Amino acid sequence: MIPLSHVLLLSMILFTLGAAGFIIRRNVITVFMCIELMLNAVNLAFIAFAWHRVDLNGQLFVFFVIVVAAAEAAVGLAIIVALYRNRGSLAIDDVDSMKL
Amino acid sequence: MGVLFYIAAVVAVIAALNVVLRQTPVYSALSLIVVLASLAAIYLLLGAPLIAMIQVIVYAGAIMVLFVLVIMLLNAGRETPSRGSRFARWAGPPLLVVFFAEFATLVWKQFGLAGPAAPAALDASPRAVGQLLFSSYVLPFEVTSILILVAVLGAVVLAKKQL
Repeated sequence: MIPLSHVLLLSMILFTLGAAGFIIRRNVITVFMCIELMLNAVNLAFIAFAWHRVDLNGQLFVFFVIVVAAAEAAVGLAIIVALYRNRGSLAIDDVDSMKL
Repeated sequence: MGVLFYIAAVVAVIAALNVVLRQTPVYSALSLIVVLASLAAIYLLLGAPLIAMIQVIVYAGAIMVLFVLVIMLLNAGRETPSRGSRFARWAGPPLLVVFFAEFATLVWKQFGLAGPAAPAALDASPRAVGQLLFSSYVLPFEVTSILILVAVLGAVVLAKKQL
């Protein structure tokens, strides 16, 4: 059978990889995909605990996270399109107007 | 069942590495689809068939199509190497290792190396999930419909020619 700790370990590996990509990637779209990867890692932890505790509420949480992620993807990609239209580039180094 | 989980886990980790290490967004997007599909398989093994289907349809289907479409629309090629963020390059990897080690010790302390095995089976049929969704969670469910509506309107306004 599958031990809970191994599922949580997989979830942590995916979350750390997503965070690493968030830091090292320089393209807005790839950074956004790394955020999606982190969201999925958290979803996996929710599912694992729902399975471990025999509690359906965890799965409902994942349902809502997926809904919010869909809304976030729609708005985020629209922001990326607007950004590209205004700056003509997808590099996050070019988006530094708020830098001190 | 255990073997299937480890196969899906290894596929997910390799594909996630590919997402992070590739410099071209299209390859990252395709690898992310592989990650999402193997996660759906793991959800199926962990007794969440409805969530697995939603994962395939909404995530791997709708959201990733949106990503690939935007990548094609904006003609996103190889990324340009970074000019700034020396701090992130120096402090980032050690902090991530610390982050991961912290999490791993937490799980190890709590559940041990080969933690608790599968408990009693969970009834997660679409019927059970739907009944819970439309009884205890009916207000959040309705709120999400407003959220989706606002998000769609916001996306249309943001992507218009004149902002």
